[in-house]
Amino acid sequence: MMLQYLALAAILFAIGIFGVLTRRNAIGILMSLELMFNAVNINLVTFNKFIVPDNLTGQIFAIFVIVIAAAEAVVGLAIVLLLYRNWQGIDIGNINIMKW
Amino acid sequence: MLEHAYLIPVYPLLAFVIIIFATRWNEKLSSGISIAAISIGFIHSIFVMIAVIGRHGVPFELSVPFIEHPLITLETGIFIDPLTAVMLLVVTIVSGCVQIYSLGYMHGDPRWSRYFSYLSLFTFSMLGLVVANNFFMIFIFWELVGLTSYLLIGFWFEKDSASDAGKKAFITTRIGDLGFIIGILLLATYAGTLNYQEVFTKVADGVIPVGVLTMIGIFIFCGAVGKSAQFPLHVWLPDAMEGPTPVSALIHAATMVAAGVYLVARSMTLFVGSAEAAMTVAVIGLITSFMAASIALVQNDIKRVLAYSTVSQLGYMIMALGLYGFDVAKDPHSHSVGYFAGTFHLMTHAFFKALLFLGAGSVIHAVHTNDVQEMGGLSKKMKITSLTFFIASLSISGIFPLSGFWSKDEIVAATLGHPVFMFFTLLIAFMTAFYMFRLCFLTFTGKPRNQERFDHAHESPKTMTMPLMFLAFLSVFAGWVGMPWLSHGFSSFVYSGELQHHGPNYIVMLVSTIVAVSGIGLAYTVYFKKKISADVLMEKFKPLYTLLLNKYYIDEIYDKVIIKPLLAFTRMMWWSDANIIDGLVNFVGWFTIKWADAKMWFDKYIVDGAVNGAGAVCMAASWLFKYVQNGSVQFYTLVIITSAVGVIIYRVTPEGFLYYFIGVVVVALARFLMKMNRPEEGNVETEPEG
Amino acid sequence: MFGVEVSQLFFYLLSFIMIVSAIYVVSLRNIFHCALFLVLCLFSVAGIYILLEAEFLAAVQVLIYVGAVSILMIFAIMLTSRLANKKIIQSNDNVTVAIFVCAGFLLTSLGSFGYSVWKVVDSPLPENNTLTIGKILMTDFVLPFEVVSIVLLAAMIGAIVLARREKI
Repeated sequence: MMLQYLALAAILFAIGIFGVLTRRNAIGILMSLELMFNAVNINLVTFNKFIVPDNLTGQIFAIFVIVIAAAEAVVGLAIVLLLYRNWQGIDIGNINIMKW
Repeated sequence: MLEHAYLIPVYPLLAFVIIIFATRWNEKLSSGISIAAISIGFIHSIFVMIAVIGRHGVPFELSVPFIEHPLITLETGIFIDPLTAVMLLVVTIVSGCVQIYSLGYMHGDPRWSRYFSYLSLFTFSMLGLVVANNFFMIFIFWELVGLTSYLLIGFWFEKDSASDAGKKAFITTRIGDLGFIIGILLLATYAGTLNYQEVFTKVADGVIPVGVLTMIGIFIFCGAVGKSAQFPLHVWLPDAMEGPTPVSALIHAATMVAAGVYLVARSMTLFVGSAEAAMTVAVIGLITSFMAASIALVQNDIKRVLAYSTVSQLGYMIMALGLYGFDVAKDPHSHSVGYFAGTFHLMTHAFFKALLFLGAGSVIHAVHTNDVQEMGGLSKKMKITSLTFFIASLSISGIFPLSGFWSKDEIVAATLGHPVFMFFTLLIAFMTAFYMFRLCFLTFTGKPRNQERFDHAHESPKTMTMPLMFLAFLSVFAGWVGMPWLSHGFSSFVYSGELQHHGPNYIVMLVSTIVAVSGIGLAYTVYFKKKISADVLMEKFKPLYTLLLNKYYIDEIYDKVIIKPLLAFTRMMWWSDANIIDGLVNFVGWFTIKWADAKMWFDKYIVDGAVNGAGAVCMAASWLFKYVQNGSVQFYTLVIITSAVGVIIYRVTPEGFLYYFIGVVVVALARFLMKMNRPEEGNVETEPEG
Repeated sequence: MFGVEVSQLFFYLLSFIMIVSAIYVVSLRNIFHCALFLVLCLFSVAGIYILLEAEFLAAVQVLIYVGAVSILMIFAIMLTSRLANKKIIQSNDNVTVAIFVCAGFLLTSLGSFGYSVWKVVDSPLPENNTLTIGKILMTDFVLPFEVVSIVLLAAMIGAIVLARREKI
């Protein structure tokens, strides 16, 4: 049973990667990142249940991941707003001021 | 209080530090701190004196080792015996008077605070010198007083003569100090210690051979010769009168120059051990005293007369100490009073000579000249100054019952048994009385010789006259502690070797009084009554007068014998520098330039070529690799994930990783080349695909 | 057993919803729809948590992700896309490369299952999930807990500073 959960998490993660790599919209990339966080959380909870059921460390870690993800989303979205204000658009492909 | 006697030098040091670092901008506060520090020191000294009297001659010592070495232990500490206690009192009293006096004398000086800080530093050094318990410490403070003396002589350094005098004093005393340090090193080598008491014990036990002891004594005496301005190093002291007059009074009359006498008195055991050294000391003292007294007869600068008088009196003390050493060396049970006479005269002289200088300063303050030929009749305008000046003159001449009488008497008594010394001592006493009263009469009596200056003269302010009166009091009464009738007077307080009681010697008293009175009488006849014209006398003894006026030509002799040849030698060295050494240097320079040209060619074409080649390679590589840094987040993510997958594959199947790696590289290159074909369209990521 | 089979059924159902909605999230052209599908996807993740007996986590998931993060996303979309006038369009790039990479990742992950050894322990989780988590958070994990609250504070201040309209 555990492998099915892990496989589900892997698929979700792969979809997240696909989103991160292909989305041109910055908000789209952030959403895909959330998918990846969730995949990781599923993994953590799964391992907690099947391998170390006598304590809840995995779930605690999942909580911390959720907190960090929330913080990341807040800051990310603030940056997106800033981008929108300065470039009149949030197309990641056009934002390449760090190019050589 | 005795255990804390080390604090006495510390007070003025603190004052110095505070003035320099904190209160320099506030003139009143600065002088106040300085005077407060010296007053506290004075009070402490009184307590120390009481404690020392209570110990009945047992010295108090406190020492802390500060460099320990198998060969020698250097220590720092204090050594307090009756001589030290007397010196502490003298130094604090005279410094206190001079500082208060300076409030009036230095009024309006732009470097007021600095002046007081220097005075504090000097007082610290002098007190430290007095309380030191070994030759090492005394040398350190010895140099410190030399430094402050230099600073204060050249205090008005805008005047060339002042800065020159400062340099002269510094360098001349340095010559003596060289001897001093050689003596100290010899002592360290032979005695293995520098602590006073240990050294004296070893000398008394005969550990050091007499020949070496003579050398040590003479070398240490060299230091005293420099600092106390004895022949042949006396030339700096008259020039030192370029400093402010209170400084002359403090340093160059009452305290610092007495350091040499103090040193000789302190190391008396060394001189007792060697009759030759003691005799040298006595002879040098006599020569100095006679020469300086004779020069003082004809000088016209009021401060210079006093300066030569100081040299003469110091010579007196040195002579008395030397005779004591000689007598005791010959006969350990001799009844010589030289030691007591020298130290006693040191104390009384400090008071009346300080008074004389401060009085002279008051006169100079009033008439703005040093030349006695421009003064005259000033007693009408300056009552207190003239009165105190007369008291001091009587005292130095040795008139009963002023303090100078008692101490000078003892010096004459010390020459008993040495007829030549006795004759010259009396002659010097006569000359002293004569030149002092010549000075008094020329300055304060008769008609004003320069009406304009006389009209501007006025009595000095209270801050200046108060110290004068206080010192006049001491000049009269300080000597009474040494009256020969006292059974527990000065002579049974400060002594060296065995305690001896000296009774009064009425013949000596009578003779010295007659001599002094006759000197005063001659001055009275010539300069007050004008029965004998000074000009006639001058004409009659023309060659002698010229010789004395030019101070025996000693400065000129030094100039001809030492300075000129030295300059010639240095000019020769300069010539050899300019022609031989510079020629060599220039040749080396020329050769270096040629060699550098050759190296430059090598640099330009070979080294630079290599460097530029490396740069070109880097440029080419970076042109290629810059495409990695394309600024696109998604490209970076792609690289990260590709690498992560690669890591997982490598962990699982290392062989499979190779294929994966090759595949990734091929795809990357393919895409790179595709993009290279369309360079102007910008980023890869903007192109829609698949 | 019946219970087990029901939970399996639920698992497959939830997995299906989750994967489909996730694919929508990354591929739809209307980003507003994407956000709505994200909500659905995260809901199903909460269901998975319940299947894994992590009730507290499921509640947190619903509260934070569904309730807060997704709404935040929608706000951002509205602020940045001129919602009222224009159709919200977005496109995907480099799809071929991305599919290759994702497939590679998926294959390696699933393939590595065979190489990994897990010691599965068949014992129940502690009773009263929420109480236990609370105890652990306040004892063993109190330091990370405090640190993470500082991180949140920093993120909050950072977001405010970044999003301010006037220059500081």
